[in-house]
Amino acid sequence: MYETTYHRPSSIDEAAALFSKGKEAKYLAGGHTLIPVMKQRLASPSDVIDLGKIKELIGVEPSGDGIVVKAATTHYDVATSDTVKKALPALAYLASLIGDPAVRHRGTIGGSLANNDPAADYPAAVLATGATVKTNKRTIAADEFFKGLFSTALEDGEIITAVSFPVQAKAGYAKFPHPASRFALTGVFVAKTPSGDVRVAATGASQNGVMRIPAIEAALKANWSAGALDGVSISADGLLSDIHGSADYRANLIKVMAQRAVTAAG
Amino acid sequence: MSTVKLTVNGKAVSADVEDRTLLVHLLRENLNLTGTHIGCDTSQCGACTVHIDGRAVKSCTVLAAQAAGSNVTTIEGIARGDELHPMQAAFRDNHGLQCGFCTPGMIMASIDIVHRYGGKLDEATVRHELEGNICRCTGYHNIVKSVLDAAGRMKVAQAAE
Repeated sequence: MYETTYHRPSSIDEAAALFSKGKEAKYLAGGHTLIPVMKQRLASPSDVIDLGKIKELIGVEPSGDGIVVKAATTHYDVATSDTVKKALPALAYLASLIGDPAVRHRGTIGGSLANNDPAADYPAAVLATGATVKTNKRTIAADEFFKGLFSTALEDGEIITAVSFPVQAKAGYAKFPHPASRFALTGVFVAKTPSGDVRVAATGASQNGVMRIPAIEAALKANWSAGALDGVSISADGLLSDIHGSADYRANLIKVMAQRAVTAAG
Repeated sequence: MSTVKLTVNGKAVSADVEDRTLLVHLLRENLNLTGTHIGCDTSQCGACTVHIDGRAVKSCTVLAAQAAGSNVTTIEGIARGDELHPMQAAFRDNHGLQCGFCTPGMIMASIDIVHRYGGKLDEATVRHELEGNICRCTGYHNIVKSVLDAAGRMKVAQAAE
């Protein structure tokens, strides 16, 4: 790891001010992406600004039509939150599948979203539920937030403060994890709003990161059942192909994971 | 350089370290607590597992400065004098280790598992929860047996307190 300067601000405003003063500053939340990348010398921030201890960034709250998960809340705290388990149990389940227990004790929802790894779990939940990403400057709709591999709508220095998840009539997540890393070889989140609208998002599958799957959305809107997807075929165009799975294999996984997610959602 | 102050195994400690220092290096090199091992250095193997404020974490993926002000427990801090922690005793009795390299991390992760699940542990849960700790000797079988045995002993120990 190259030399760096560590800062621990106590407020969002102080963090943003430190960022603008740093030459090549980076925010650190759980550190479970940034620190490994710094150890490999693929990142060499002049300043590391720790958001993990900022109280206003931690916690889960019920809101009128859903829940608000603050950005520095760990995966473990989301997975075990009674508020999340009651309002959006599929999100708690998703959080319980990330990495391993020690990783879940450190990693945060805000860090995961800001990084937008193409195989991360949270982006699927945010996109499928039509959640809203709140930052220190604005609110960003899920459809506008994800911009391809490791890129988002966040501007330089912008801090995710919370994610607002609207309540769903039904929601489920299923993932085929990579057996070593536990990242999603493919993961699919299915969600049905109280008004009957259906949104489905897949992670780990596409060359462009998380994406919605219109063919599955249409089939589930007509008939919310795993069987409704039997006849749906998913194109392998634009899907990832690597030593872990071909594009065709991932195309099939999208369908199978969607069926399992629907079954889990009930 | 920064001065990092934290509590390790119940004792207040302070160390002057570079900001890029990892917690595992502070423990091993500044405090000479070499029971915490470095296996992979890529957050995979779990040999470096310690508890920060009661939660198992991989100390190779935490900056020392991030742990400032926290309570850290390492493998050196769990026995009571000469009396092994029930998890250590269970590993010994069940032949839960061979070369022993992964054992400190296994034990710290396993204590955390028992704390989170209480007595409601079964074999499948233990295997699933140990996903973040890699052992290349035992085939895990006796490690799982050790954790299940220790879960019973820790329950008894708790009830006695």
